[in-house]
Amino acid sequence: MPTRFFGAPIKRAEDPRLLTGHGRYVDDIDLPGQLHVAFLRSPLAHARIRSIDVSAARESPGVVAVWTYQDIGPCQRRMPLLIPHPDLTHPYTRYALAKDEVNHVGEPVAMVIAESRYAAEDALEAIAVEWEELPPVVDIERAVQPGAPLVHEELGTNVAAHYVGIVGDPERAFSEAAHVFRERLVIERSAGMPIETRAIVAVWKDEEDLLEVWDTTQAPIVIRNALAALFGLAPTQVRVIAPDVGGGFGCKIMVYPEEVLVPYAALVLKRPIKWTEDRLEHFVGTNHERLQIHEAEIAVDAEGRILGIRDRFLHDAGAYTPYGIIVPIITACQLPGPYKVPNYHVEFRAVYSNTVPVSPYRGAGRPHACFVMERLLDRVADELGLDRAEVRRRNFIQPHEFPYDVGLIFQDGAPTRYDSGNYPAMLDLLLQQMDYQRLLNEELPRLRAAGRYVGVGIACYVEGTGIGPYEGATVRVEPTGQVYVATGMPQQGQAHKTVLAQIVAEELQVPLEAVTVVEGDTAHFQFGSGTYASRSAVVCGSAVALAARKVREQGLALAAEELEVAVEDLVVEDGRVYVRGAPERGFTWAQIAQLANPLRYAYAGDLVVRPRPWTGPALPPGRQPALEATEYYSPPHATWASGAVGVLVEVDVETGQLVFHKLWVVHDCGTMINPLVVEGQVHGGIAQGIGGAFYEKLHYDENGQLLNASFMDFLMPTAMEIPRIEVAHQETPSPLNPLGVKGVGEAGAIPMPAVVAAAVEDALRPFGVRITRMPLDPDQLWRLTHPTEA
Amino acid sequence: MSAVGTERRTIRVEVNGVPYEREVEARLLLSDFLRHELGLTGTHVGCEHGVCGACTVLLDGEPVRSCLLFAVQVHGHRIETVEGLAPSEGELHPLQRAFWEKHGLQCGYCTPGMLMVLKAFLAEHPDPTEEEIREAISGNLCRCTGYQNIVEAARYAAELLRQR
Repeated sequence: MPTRFFGAPIKRAEDPRLLTGHGRYVDDIDLPGQLHVAFLRSPLAHARIRSIDVSAARESPGVVAVWTYQDIGPCQRRMPLLIPHPDLTHPYTRYALAKDEVNHVGEPVAMVIAESRYAAEDALEAIAVEWEELPPVVDIERAVQPGAPLVHEELGTNVAAHYVGIVGDPERAFSEAAHVFRERLVIERSAGMPIETRAIVAVWKDEEDLLEVWDTTQAPIVIRNALAALFGLAPTQVRVIAPDVGGGFGCKIMVYPEEVLVPYAALVLKRPIKWTEDRLEHFVGTNHERLQIHEAEIAVDAEGRILGIRDRFLHDAGAYTPYGIIVPIITACQLPGPYKVPNYHVEFRAVYSNTVPVSPYRGAGRPHACFVMERLLDRVADELGLDRAEVRRRNFIQPHEFPYDVGLIFQDGAPTRYDSGNYPAMLDLLLQQMDYQRLLNEELPRLRAAGRYVGVGIACYVEGTGIGPYEGATVRVEPTGQVYVATGMPQQGQAHKTVLAQIVAEELQVPLEAVTVVEGDTAHFQFGSGTYASRSAVVCGSAVALAARKVREQGLALAAEELEVAVEDLVVEDGRVYVRGAPERGFTWAQIAQLANPLRYAYAGDLVVRPRPWTGPALPPGRQPALEATEYYSPPHATWASGAVGVLVEVDVETGQLVFHKLWVVHDCGTMINPLVVEGQVHGGIAQGIGGAFYEKLHYDENGQLLNASFMDFLMPTAMEIPRIEVAHQETPSPLNPLGVKGVGEAGAIPMPAVVAAAVEDALRPFGVRITRMPLDPDQLWRLTHPTEA
Repeated sequence: MSAVGTERRTIRVEVNGVPYEREVEARLLLSDFLRHELGLTGTHVGCEHGVCGACTVLLDGEPVRSCLLFAVQVHGHRIETVEGLAPSEGELHPLQRAFWEKHGLQCGYCTPGMLMVLKAFLAEHPDPTEEEIREAISGNLCRCTGYQNIVEAARYAAELLRQR
C-alpha cells in the first residue's frame, strides 16, 4: 500500500525553527558595516514642497547621507503601474521620494542614511521643509462632485477609473420585478496589519557583481525584475530573498518606494543598508484597503427569486493606483456569490483621495461584495416574510449547473467561471451543524424571553482562487536520495514547506524528511509572480505535482531499463522503485539518481550502482544526468472555493458590546492537502473578518490625518474577542488542476461583515434597525439602541 | 543638536543563564539590545509601543515588554528569551511541542511572545480553563491563527507540564 501524505494532517516542517527563536526574518539580518535608513514622511495630506533644507541633517552625528528626490538617480522615475487596465483611464503613481508635491500623510520625502537607526532618526528632526498646503480630498463622495479639489491637478478629475459590467438585461428585469429593494451599504477603510512590519536589507557584493536584497515581500521575483530593470542590471545580478515573513495579508505585495531606495543606497554607498518600518510608518506608509460605498438594488419575483441586481459603487483608491483596479473589479465580479443573478448591472468609480493608497488586503474586494449580496438577500427574506436560509436556497446555482459563467471578466483577464461546488449541500451542512431549526424555534425565543438581545445570522460566499498567470517548480532527486523542491513563491505563514513536500512525498513515496522545499529566493527559481489571491496551493502546488510526476516517470523509465522490465511492472513504494511481487529487485531513489548520472568521479567513492559500460554517448539524446524536472502550471481561469458561515451573537444594549456565543463554518476548498493547515487558514481569516466587522477601522479626519495610527487606537481582536470556531469541511474537487485543490487563504475573511450584520440586525429586531455599515462598534450599537438619546 | 540619552553606560545582565557585560547608549531599548547587540533575534518587535506583545521576555521570571524597557533598566537582572526555552538543542520545551502539535503558529512572528507569556502563566496556573488562557494571552496579538489553536496548544502544554 502506498503511504498517504496528501490529505494528511501533518505537523509543519517550518515549526521547530520558528518555535526555538531560530527563524530568520529580515530585521534579524545584521551585516557587518551596515548602515540604517530613516525616512522623513509628509505630515500633511496634500501640499507642495517649496523647499527642503537638509544641510543641518547632513551634519548630524553618525549621518552618512541625506537624500531627497534630487539625489536618487534612476529612482527619479515614477514608481511602476503594476497592473494596468483599459478602464483605468487616469492612473497615477508616485515618485519614490516626493518630487514637488505630497498626496498623503506618510508619503516619503527624504531619507537619512546613518550609522544607526537612532542616529538616522535624530537627523530627521534637522530637516527643514517649507510646505505650501493644498486642500485635501478625503471624502470620496465629495471628491466626485463638480468643483471638488483635485488630488492630482493635472488629471483634471478625481476619478481614476469608471467600470461598467452588464450581464443580461437588467433594465427589463427591474421593470418586470414583483419587488425591488434598495440599500446604501458602506464598508470602511482598514488594513492587513501584519505583526511584522516591512523591512529591507540590501548589499552590493562587489566580488560577485551581485545586488543581494532581503525583503519582506510576497513577490520576490517581481522585486528582482523591478530592481534589475531600474538599475540596468542583468536579472541574474540581482538576488531577492523573502526569508521568514511575519504575515502579509496582501499589503506586502507591491513595489514600494523603500524597496527601490534601500537597494539603490547599497549600490551607491557600497555598504549594506537596512531599513525596518516602525509601526507608525506602517500605518501611513503601507497600503490600506476596504472603503467602498454601494448603492445597490435587487429585483425579485414574488417567491424571492433574484431577477436582477444593480449596484453602483464608489471605491476609495487612495492617493495612487500602483495596483490598478484589482480590488473593485473583484468586488464587481464576485458580488453575485453562489447565487444565480441572470441580469446584473455593476458600475464603479475608483476615486482618488489624499490617503494611503489602496491595494488588496485579505479578501480583496470580496468582503465588500459578500456584504452587499447577503444584505440584499436578508432584506428580501425579511420583506417577503421568508426564512433567510430559504431565500438563499431558492437562489443557489445548482450542482448540475457547473461550469457556471457569471458573465464578467475576472481580475486575471479570464472569464468569471465557477468550476465546481455544491452550494445547497454546503448550506444544509451548515444548518445541521447549527441545529438551525432548534436555534430559531427554541433557543432564541427562550433567550429573548429572558430579555436578552440575541440574534442569528448566516452568510454564504464564493472565492475565486488560484488565478494565473502561472507558477513553476523544480523537483530533483539528488544522488544522496534527498529531494530538492524549488519554487518562486515565498510564504508568510502558509506552510508551503509542509504542503508542497506532502505533494512530492505522495508522488515519489519518499518520507517527508527527505524533501526540502526552497522558496522565496530568486537564486533558486526565476519565474513566477508571488503569493497572493489564495493561489499558492493551487498554482504552485500543481506545478510541483507536475514536476514530481515527471521525475517519477524519469525514475520509472531508468529503473525499467536497468531491470529489463516494463514500466507497468514496477511499483513505487517505501522510497523505492521495484518489480511488482519481487521487492528485492529494485532501487532506492538515491540509486536511480545515481543511475541517471554517468559519473566520471564518484560522489563519495561508494556508489551503490555500478556504472554501466557505455555503448554510445554517456548521455544518450534526450537523457539528462539528473532526475530533475521543471514544470509550470497555468490555470485556464480561477477555481472557485465556497463556504457558509453562521453566528449566534448577543448585544449588550447598555454598553453596546457584542458577544459571539457560537460561530460555525462550512468550508469547501476542493481536495485538501493538509486539513490542519486548511483549518488554520479558515480560523485566521475569520478572526480578521471579525476585526472587519466590529473593530478595525482606519479613521481619517477631514484634513487627511489618520487619527488612530497606533495599536492603542486601531483595535484588533485579541483572544478574548474571537470565539471558538467550529469548522466543517465539504470537498468538491476542482476539475481544473491536477490536484483538485482550491485556495483557502482569504476564505474566512469574506463573509464576516455580512454575517455579523445579519445577526446583529436579528438581535436588534425590537428596535427595528437595519445594519448597513461595517464595521460596527460599541458606540454605533449604543446609538442604534438609544435613538432618542443619541 | 544633541539627542537625549546618547550617553553610554556599562550594564551587566544575565540572559538565558549567560552573563553579558556591554556598554550601551542609555536610550537603547531592551528589545534592540537583545536583538542587535546580543544577536538574540528570537524576540520580535511588532509595535514598539507595548501593545502587540511580540517582544515579551521574562524579567526575573515575570513577563515584560522588551520594547518598553531600556537596556540600562535591566542592569543586574535576569532575562529569559525564547532562545532559552528549550532544555537542549534537539529537545523542545513542552510549550514548544504543544504549539507544534496543535498548529499553534503560522507566520511565527508573534509566537516567541506567546510562548514566554504562557511560560510564566502556566507556572502559576497548572490547570487553566480556556477562559483563563484567553485572558492570559489577551495582551498578545496574532493576525494569523485566530487564537484557537494557540489556546489548544496552551491547554495541551499544561497537560504535558503536569505530567512531568
